Amino acid sequence: MAASYRISGAGRFSHAKVAKFSFDGKPYAGIEGDTLASALLANGVHLAGRSFKYHRPRGILSAGAEEPNALVEIRRDAARRTPNVRATVQELYDGLEAASQNRWPSLSFDVGAVNDLASPLFSAGFYYKTFMWPKAAWKSLYEPKIRAAAGLGVAPDQPDPDHYAARFAHCEVLVLGGGAAGLAAALAAAETGVRVIVADEQADFGGALRFEAGARIDGQDGWAWAQGVVAKLKAMDNVRVLNRTTAFGYYAQNFIGLVERVSDHLAAPGRDVPRERLWQVRAKKVVIATGAIERHMVFADNDRPGVMLASAARTYLNHYGVAVGRNVGIYTANDSAYAAALDLKKAGVTVAAIVDLRDNPSGQLVDQARAANIEIHDGRAVVRVGGKLRVNSMTVQKRTGGGERTLPVDALLMSAGWTPSVHLFSQSRGKVAFNDEVKRFLPGTYAQDCVSAGACNGTDGLAASVDEAYAAGAKAAKEAGGKAAKSAKPKVEASEGWSRGMLGAAPGAGPGTTVKAFVDFQNDVTAKDIRQAVHEGMRSIEHVKRFTTNGMATDQGKTSNMHGLAIAAEELGKPIPQVGLTTFRAPYTPVTFGSIANHARGALFDPTRRTTTHGWAEKNGAVFEDVGQWKRAWYFPKAGEDMHAAVNRECVTVRKTAGLFDASTLGKIEVVGPDAATFMELMYTNPWQKLAPGRCRYGLMLREDGFIYDDGVVGRLAEDRFHVTTTTGGAARVMNQMEDYLQTEFPHLKVWLTSISEQWAVIAVQGPNSRKIIEPLVEGIDLSDEAFPHMSVREGKICGVPTRLFRMSFSGERGFEVNVPADYGEAVWEALWAEGQKHGACAYGTETMHVLRAEKGYIIVGQDTDGTVTVNDAGIDWAIGKKKADFVGMRGMMRPDLVAPGRKQLVGLKTKDPNVVLEEGAQIVADPNQPIPMKMIGHVTSSYWSENCGRSIALGLVAGGREKMGQTLYVPMPDRVIEVEVSGAVFFDEKGERLNG
Amino acid sequence: MLLIHCPYCEEERPELEFRNAGEAHVVRSANMAGESDEDFEKFFFIRSNPKGIIYERWRHIHGCARFFNAVRDTVTDKFVMTYKAGEPKPKKLPGVAK
Amino acid sequence: MAKVAAKTAPASLSVGRRSALAGREALGAGVKVEPLGPAERVSLRAPAESAASLSRALGVTLPEKPKTSAAKGGRVVLWLGPDEWLVLDEEGKDLLGDCAKAKQLHSAVGISHRNMAISVSGPAAEACVSAGCPQDLSLAAFPVGASTRTVLGKAEIILYRPAADAFRVECWRSFSDYVFTFLSEAARDAAA
Repeated sequence: MAASYRISGAGRFSHAKVAKFSFDGKPYAGIEGDTLASALLANGVHLAGRSFKYHRPRGILSAGAEEPNALVEIRRDAARRTPNVRATVQELYDGLEAASQNRWPSLSFDVGAVNDLASPLFSAGFYYKTFMWPKAAWKSLYEPKIRAAAGLGVAPDQPDPDHYAARFAHCEVLVLGGGAAGLAAALAAAETGVRVIVADEQADFGGALRFEAGARIDGQDGWAWAQGVVAKLKAMDNVRVLNRTTAFGYYAQNFIGLVERVSDHLAAPGRDVPRERLWQVRAKKVVIATGAIERHMVFADNDRPGVMLASAARTYLNHYGVAVGRNVGIYTANDSAYAAALDLKKAGVTVAAIVDLRDNPSGQLVDQARAANIEIHDGRAVVRVGGKLRVNSMTVQKRTGGGERTLPVDALLMSAGWTPSVHLFSQSRGKVAFNDEVKRFLPGTYAQDCVSAGACNGTDGLAASVDEAYAAGAKAAKEAGGKAAKSAKPKVEASEGWSRGMLGAAPGAGPGTTVKAFVDFQNDVTAKDIRQAVHEGMRSIEHVKRFTTNGMATDQGKTSNMHGLAIAAEELGKPIPQVGLTTFRAPYTPVTFGSIANHARGALFDPTRRTTTHGWAEKNGAVFEDVGQWKRAWYFPKAGEDMHAAVNRECVTVRKTAGLFDASTLGKIEVVGPDAATFMELMYTNPWQKLAPGRCRYGLMLREDGFIYDDGVVGRLAEDRFHVTTTTGGAARVMNQMEDYLQTEFPHLKVWLTSISEQWAVIAVQGPNSRKIIEPLVEGIDLSDEAFPHMSVREGKICGVPTRLFRMSFSGERGFEVNVPADYGEAVWEALWAEGQKHGACAYGTETMHVLRAEKGYIIVGQDTDGTVTVNDAGIDWAIGKKKADFVGMRGMMRPDLVAPGRKQLVGLKTKDPNVVLEEGAQIVADPNQPIPMKMIGHVTSSYWSENCGRSIALGLVAGGREKMGQTLYVPMPDRVIEVEVSGAVFFDEKGERLNG
Repeated sequence: MLLIHCPYCEEERPELEFRNAGEAHVVRSANMAGESDEDFEKFFFIRSNPKGIIYERWRHIHGCARFFNAVRDTVTDKFVMTYKAGEPKPKKLPGVAK
Repeated sequence: MAKVAAKTAPASLSVGRRSALAGREALGAGVKVEPLGPAERVSLRAPAESAASLSRALGVTLPEKPKTSAAKGGRVVLWLGPDEWLVLDEEGKDLLGDCAKAKQLHSAVGISHRNMAISVSGPAAEACVSAGCPQDLSLAAFPVGASTRTVLGKAEIILYRPAADAFRVECWRSFSDYVFTFLSEAARDAAA
C-alpha cells in the first residue's frame, strides 16, 4: 500500500529504507526513522485507539512523550506484548506489530462506545456516587466489571523474557533534555573538561528543532547544528550522550533516574542486548532543559481523530516528511501555529483557514501567513468539529457569538500556547511560581543544586534559550571544578519565538455549556466535569484532580493540567496561583517494571546462600528448606520414604548410633582482646570471667528491654579469645548489637569482634557412636571424657586440616561439632560420612535437628520465643549470672510487668491421644465450652511426632504454665477440640545421661 | 538516595552503605541496676521525635562499620552535619538559624 | 572407652580445598570476571598506637588514610575502618604467625576461608562493577590502590583496585554465587 501522505523532498529520513509493519492485523509500509505514529499518518491513518471511559474514537494528538491518546500494544511474541505504548514514541522497525486497545470487536466499531451515549450517567465522581451499595458488591461485581469495561491495555501474562541492565553513574554536570538549550549547556560544560551526561528522550537530539524549520545556528540549519554538536560531544571522553533516555525521577541530592530504551526500536535485538538500561546518576550540578509542551484548545469534540497539536503536525512534516491531511484547518490562540500553516502550505498542503481567537493578531508570522494568502479568521473560535472516526469539518463562530460557518477540513491543528515542562524541577522539590503576565508556572525557589534553562524556564525564543543554557552549562561546570572554557558560544542567527496563548475552555465550551470539550483526553475529563467538581464542593485543586481524575492518567496531565486548573480557578472565582498546582511526581513517563526490578529477579532476586556440603546433600537426595537466605538440608529421604518416614528414621538413628548434620549456618563471632571476658559479661546474661580456656558455656543474650534476643554456645579458646555462636537468623543482628554496645557504650574496652560465620564449616556429629566416627580422623586432641568433657573446645587437626573441635550437643546425645575452614568443609564431611557408614550413621537435616532438641526441651529462639519472652518465662533462669552488676537487659527484666505473676511460661504439652500432633501456632484455652471469643491463655510453639518417645510432643507458652503441671487444657481446632496435658518440657532422657553415653 | 558524610571515611558515601540506628545522645546509665522505673522508661522508651532538627545515630555498616552521630532536619530530610560517636552534641549547627 | 592419645593422622586423610566458584568464568566485551585463587587473609584490628609494631611484623606499613591500601611483595593491606584492616597474602604465607610477633595490643583473626575473591578486569571493568556498586569508581575518586567495603546489588563486598583496569571483589563465601552471577550479568552490558 502506498504511503500516500508522504511528501517527497520533505523529512529527514530516506524514503528508500522501507519498514513494513501492521496495525490491527492490516499491513502497512513506513520508512526507517518513522515513529509508529508518523508511519500511520503517512498511510492516512488517524484513528489509533478508543478512550478510557467513553470509548470515543481517538487519534494522534502529539508527536512526543506527552501523547495521551494514541496508546497501542506492541507485540513481538507471546511474552513480549507491551501495552499502553505511545505510538508517537515507538520507533518503527521492520516487522513491527501494533494493535489498538480498549475496543471490541474492532477499533472502528466498538460496542463499548455505548458509554459515550450514556455519558450523562458517567460524569465526574460517578463511580464514587453510584456504586456505594451494597458494599459487598464492590469486590465481586462493580470493581471487576468497571475494570473490564474501562481501562487501557492488557498486561502480558507470561514472564518477561528480556533482560535489563543497570549502571550507577557519576558526573559533574547532568543535562536533562537535548534540544537546542540542552545541547548548548552540555557543550559549554563539556569543554571545561568535567564529566558531563546529556540525556534526551527522543531517538535524535534536537528537541523543538525537529519542527522549527527556520532556525539557523552558527551558519547552519538548526537541526544540522544540533547533530554536529552531538557528534562533537560523542567524540569527547568526558561526555556521555544518551539518546532514547528519559529522566523519569529527580530524587534527593541530585540523584536522577534515567531509563535508556536500548532495543525497543530494533527489528531483531540480539540476545545479549538489554531491553532497557537504568541509569542512576549522581550529579554535582544539573541543568534542566526540558523545553515546553504545547497545549490543545478546549472546545466541543476536540478529541476527534485528525484534531491535533499544531507543533505535532509540523514535526510530522518537517522531521518525518508526512502531511497530516490534505486540507488542514488551524485553530490557535498564539503565533506558533502560524508557522505550522506556513510550512504545510509550502509543502503543498491546502490550509483551509487559520482561526485565531485573538483580535487583530500581528507579528512577523501573521504577516507571512497573510502574504501566503492563507485565510485568517481572527477573533473567532472553532466551536465544534464534524466527523466521528475522523474530523471532516470545523465550525467557526465569532468569539462573541453570532453566525456560524462550517469549513470542510481533514485535519485540524490547534495551539493554545506552550506550558513550560517544570516536571523535573518540581520533582526536585523546587517551588514553582506563577508568572501572571505570561500565565504560566515557572521555576521559582530551588531546593537542589540545579538550574533551569530555555523554554522550561520560560525563556522565549531560540536565541535567548541558547544563550541562557550555554551560560548555565558553563557556570555549572566551573562551580563543579571545570577549567576555563575556550569555546565560543553558539550564535543563533534566525529563530522563532512564541509565547502567550490561553488557558482554560475556549468559547463554546465555557460555563453553562454541556458540550464534550476535553481537558484530559486520556482520562476522558471534560471542562464540564471540572466545573461540576467545583459545584460539588471541591475547593482545592488536589480535590478537583482526584474527583475528576484530571491529570491522573499515564500521561500525568502534560497537556491537561493547566487547562484544568484555569477552569477550576474561573469557576471558583479565584486567581490561578491561589488555587495552586498539583504536585508533579515521578515517573515523568511510565517506566517498565523490568527496568526497576532490573537484575533483581530469578537467581539474583536475593542472594541464595549455600553451605559447603550443599552439593553432597543434593547428590544424596536432600530436600532443602529456606532459612532466611540459606538453603538448608531439611531431611534426607531414602527411596520410598516420605518426610515423616525419613525424619522418624533419622531421629531414631541419631539416638541409636549417630548422625551427621551441617550446622554451618550458625552465626559465629570471634571476640578477641584483653577485655573479652568483661565484654562478654555485659553482652550475655551468663558469667564468663571464670570460664576456663578450653571450656564452653551456653550463652543467653537479651535486649535492653529484658526479653530474650539470641542464644548459642560459646567456647573460650584463650584468656583473651572467645568463639561465640549465634542462631542462624540472629547472626547479623547479634553482631550489630554487639558492635553497637562496644562502639558506643563501652568504647573503653579493649576488645574486637570479627564475624567468622563463613570462615568455619560446621559438621555436627551426634549420637552414642559420634566419638568412634571422628576418632580416626582427629589428630592432636585427646578425645577421652576426662580430657575432653561435654562443653569443651579444642584446637587441633582433622583429616589433616585445622579444626576447632567442640564437644557439645543440641540433640541430648554425646556429640561433637567439627569446625573446619570452609573450603575443606565438604571433603571433611565426606571423610566423616565414610567413617559414619561403618557405624550405621545417617545424615540428618533441620527437621530431625528440631525434633531431637524438642525431645530434650531445648528452646529455639525465635520459635519458642517471640521477642516478648523473658528468661524466667522460658524457664532458663540458671543462665543468669547472679552476682553480675550489669548486663544488657538486666534492668529491663526487672520491670514490673516482666516479673508479674500470670505470665506465659514455656511448658511441655502432651496430647491425651498420643497419636495426635498439635499444630504449631494453635491457641490454648482452659475451657473449650466458653462462648466465642474465647479467652486464649497460650499457644503451641513447637510440635512434632517423636518416634523416639513413641508419641507426639509439643512445647507451648501458657499463662502461669508451670503452676498448671498435670492439668488438662484444650486446643480448639476448626474440626475438633484437642485435649492436652501440661507437662515438663523434657520428654526424653530427663536426667541427661546420654550426653556421656 | 541520600549522600551521607561519614566522619571516619571523611567523605560522602551513598545511603545504601548506611543504616539508621535511632536517636543519639541517649545515655545508658553506668548503674543500670539502680535505675528507677521512670528513668528506665525515659532511657528505653521515650524518644523526642521532633519536627525539625534531630540528633541520630547511623552506622556505616557496609563501609567502615563505625557508628557515628548525625544532625538531620526531619522536615527537609537534609543532613546538617555528622560527627564521631562519643563526641558531644555540637553547640552550633552550620547553616541552621536558631 | 580407652583414652585416645594425641596422634598423627595418616597422610591419606588429608583433604584438599574446594572453592565455591571453581571453574566459573564470565566474559563480556572489554571485561573478564573470574575467581581468584586462595589467599591467606587476616582481619586485623588495632588502635593507632599498635600500627607501627604491626607494620614491622607484617613487613607492610598499615595504611592510615580512609579508602587506601598498601602493598609489598605478595602482601596487601586494605584500610577498612579507623582500626580495621584486611591483610591479604596471595602467596599463602602465615599472616597470623606474623601478626603474633607484634607485641602491641591488637586482634588478628584468620578469615582466609570466609572471603572469596573475584577478579574483574579489562577496560570495561569499572563499568561492570558500577552496575551494582553505588560509589563513584572513576580513577579520580577511586584511584589505583583504593579499597573500601561497599555493596554490590544486595550483597556486601570489599572492593580493591590493584590497577586502573582491574578490581578485586571480595565477598563472603556463601554470597560468592550471587556476586559472581551479578558480575556475569553486568559483564554482558559493560561495554555500553
